[in-house]
Amino acid sequence: MAKLFAVTIIVIAIASAIPIVLHIWVPPVDISTHGKLIDEQMSETMVEAGICFLAAQLVLGFFIWRYSNRPKTEKIKSFPGGARALVAAAVIVVGLEVMALGAFGTRAWAEIYFTPARPDALQVQAQAGQFAFYFRYPGPDGKFGPIHPEQINEATENFFGLDTTHDADSKDDIVTAELAVPVNREVHLLMHSKDVGHSFFVRELRIQQDFVPGLDLSLHFTPTKIGRYEIVCTQLCGLGHYNMKAYLEVMSQEDFDKWLKQQAALQ
Amino acid sequence: MHEPSQQVLHHHAPPTGFIRKYVFSLDHKVIGEQYYGLALVAVYIGLVLSWIMRIHLAWPAYAIPGVQYLSKIGAPGGVLTPEYYLQLMTMHGTIMVFFVLTTAPFAGFGNYFLPIQVGAEDMPFPHINMMSFWVTFIAFCVAVSAFFVPQGPPLSGWTAYAPLSALGSIAGPGQGTGQVLWAVSIAIFCIGQLLGSLNFISTTLDMRCQGMSLMRLPLSVWAWFITSCIGLTAFAVLMPACILLILDHVAGTSFFIPSNLVVNDQLQPHAGGSTLLWQHLFWFFGHPEVYIAIVPAMGVVSHVLITNMRRPLLSHRVIIYSMVAIAFLSYMVYGHHMFVSGMNPFSSIAFSFPTLAITVPATIIVLIWIGSLYGSKLRINTASLFALGFISMFVSGGISGFFLAQPSIDIMLHATYFVVGHFHLVMAVAALFGIFAGTYFWFSKVTGRMMNETLGRIHFWFTFVGAYCIFMPFHYLGMVGNVRRYQAFVDDFMAPLMPVHKFITIAALITGAAQLVFLYNLIHSRFWGKPATQNPWEGTSLEWSIPSPPPFDNFGGKLPVVYHDPYQYGVESSTGDYVMQDSPEVIKTVRDDS
Repeated sequence: MAKLFAVTIIVIAIASAIPIVLHIWVPPVDISTHGKLIDEQMSETMVEAGICFLAAQLVLGFFIWRYSNRPKTEKIKSFPGGARALVAAAVIVVGLEVMALGAFGTRAWAEIYFTPARPDALQVQAQAGQFAFYFRYPGPDGKFGPIHPEQINEATENFFGLDTTHDADSKDDIVTAELAVPVNREVHLLMHSKDVGHSFFVRELRIQQDFVPGLDLSLHFTPTKIGRYEIVCTQLCGLGHYNMKAYLEVMSQEDFDKWLKQQAALQ
Repeated sequence: MHEPSQQVLHHHAPPTGFIRKYVFSLDHKVIGEQYYGLALVAVYIGLVLSWIMRIHLAWPAYAIPGVQYLSKIGAPGGVLTPEYYLQLMTMHGTIMVFFVLTTAPFAGFGNYFLPIQVGAEDMPFPHINMMSFWVTFIAFCVAVSAFFVPQGPPLSGWTAYAPLSALGSIAGPGQGTGQVLWAVSIAIFCIGQLLGSLNFISTTLDMRCQGMSLMRLPLSVWAWFITSCIGLTAFAVLMPACILLILDHVAGTSFFIPSNLVVNDQLQPHAGGSTLLWQHLFWFFGHPEVYIAIVPAMGVVSHVLITNMRRPLLSHRVIIYSMVAIAFLSYMVYGHHMFVSGMNPFSSIAFSFPTLAITVPATIIVLIWIGSLYGSKLRINTASLFALGFISMFVSGGISGFFLAQPSIDIMLHATYFVVGHFHLVMAVAALFGIFAGTYFWFSKVTGRMMNETLGRIHFWFTFVGAYCIFMPFHYLGMVGNVRRYQAFVDDFMAPLMPVHKFITIAALITGAAQLVFLYNLIHSRFWGKPATQNPWEGTSLEWSIPSPPPFDNFGGKLPVVYHDPYQYGVESSTGDYVMQDSPEVIKTVRDDS
């Protein structure tokens, strides 16, 4: 029984590592300028975590095999170096390793969160509500009109609560259901929630950020590949949570200008 | 501490009536069994809920037989509605985290064995102890009652993030009465845990028998003691948070609701609250809660493992200091649940490093367990298999923490199945393995009968292999970007992952069915099991020095005197390779190697 158990642990450990080594399940290809750092960090962590995982499981399995059901006559032995050696190993090898990982990982985080958006970034406002995203472009004046919460009305499609009669800045605002952006241009996303908590997750963009009701946040990123990508909500927001999504359309500058014009005409 | 010659008469007479003996009992052992019984009921409810969810995820259109009786609106014809999936998910998490993982390893085993292992005849405050159980029982009834109110249980998850949890029924089905019942239940639960923790701490500090110095306490006692200290501070924060949440519902306050929210086209009459405040309060409790579940399991596993290795751990002290370090750090890491929550991004870095640092004491504990196996004389039985399985699970679940502790990687893994796999392995499965190890180990002491070893091993094999088949693929799904808390994976991106979900569901059904073998073994052995001797595992701690089951006053009206460190195995004595803690026999003490 002990030997079977030892073998089972070892087989499970190796079997668990196989899909990782063979890259069977991997995230979709990165389309952002900052994503490379995250992916590298993920790979480095995987190597170090994988070594720790396999080493611990294999040694556990081996010791169970070797030291179970020994005859009564055999004496108890102690691990060479005792607890001191193991504590030293935990502190020096594992402790330093994870701290170093953490320190290197801050580069990717800093790239996204500790640098301001460029002044010429494309400003888009994203609004999350149960259970849809809407996006707003400021129009030719470059200014977003104010939101009047009491005027928000799904039936009249006034998703942002804009008062185009009285607010001059709102008049040219363009509201859309998908987020179209030009390729290789930084996007400055202003995030607003109208009801409960939501999240903005685009796997390919390596971006995930919650919408916080009562707290408008902003994000910036630069998409590098033309294509259509899913935006999903990852913060439990109610019964329609699983179906709350929109699309990110990354297009050439030319196509984007055309698209924006079409959308402006539809307002 | 009591004098060695002191004959202590029991300060409350053994009860005779059924009610005082089995229902409103003051005996810590009965209260321990009550907690365990409550956890047992809760865990099978939680298991059935997980089965329903898993079947629905794998085959969304399948009418699950019998589920329509649970809720006609929520599961018409047996097919779950999206909201009912979330409601079951909320109840699964709530029941499992609070009423199983907190209740069994800590309150259940701790109540039964802590006083015996320190050499006391009971806890110092038996009435408070009784109250702690019945308060917990009421909390459980209130939580489950949410199934029977018109809109059903809340759908906001066991974390109940505001403002979804604070706005009332306008935010979704179950967010009115169901959510209030949830908050009331958890607030009551906190009271029970606070009362229990007070008793545990005072028993450990004040009720130790003659000779039982702190370093002579078994590791299980240390684990329960440390957990009580965590519980005292963590639940003391969650309780007021729940009260504030209730006030937002019933008194029109706005602690967690900011201004200008528009739900269903209606402007909400709230202003000035903070949604992140709930997350801070909740996770200030929520992360230490992980250790409330796992530290008692570490103590139990150490205790079981040492007895079966026939040697003490390489260092008794280092394990204690590491558990204390984990408890201390547990308060500084909670922000890692909130990296992408909108919290100041600099805070994320500040929370990241203590989280990574917690790896060090956790690694020390694991290395000492594995290192102690070297050169030991390991005995294989169901209890030791579960204890060894615990180490494997704890390593697997713990290592994925390397990823989630880093804010940059968390961007990709947050709210995915990677997180679900991580916490299920490290907190739920590992703690359950601790519970199983403790059950197979101590069953003979509690009932006077042995559990069936063959059934135990069948249970072990299905559970060990099954748990890996369920939770390892969760990590792979998360790495691809499979989002959690979705009732269906309908979009183009996640649809190709459905075969993995089906595999997991089949594994979950089989592994869950194996838990019925455990239940059968538990009940059958209780009445018809082989009679147990006083010390079947040749243990050294005080619970093995008294009859099975123990008499009402534990030590027959006389308190024991302790002469030895807790784990004197691998020695030469008149009893064989071990010496009991209360044996006056003089031996060469086995001490830490360092």
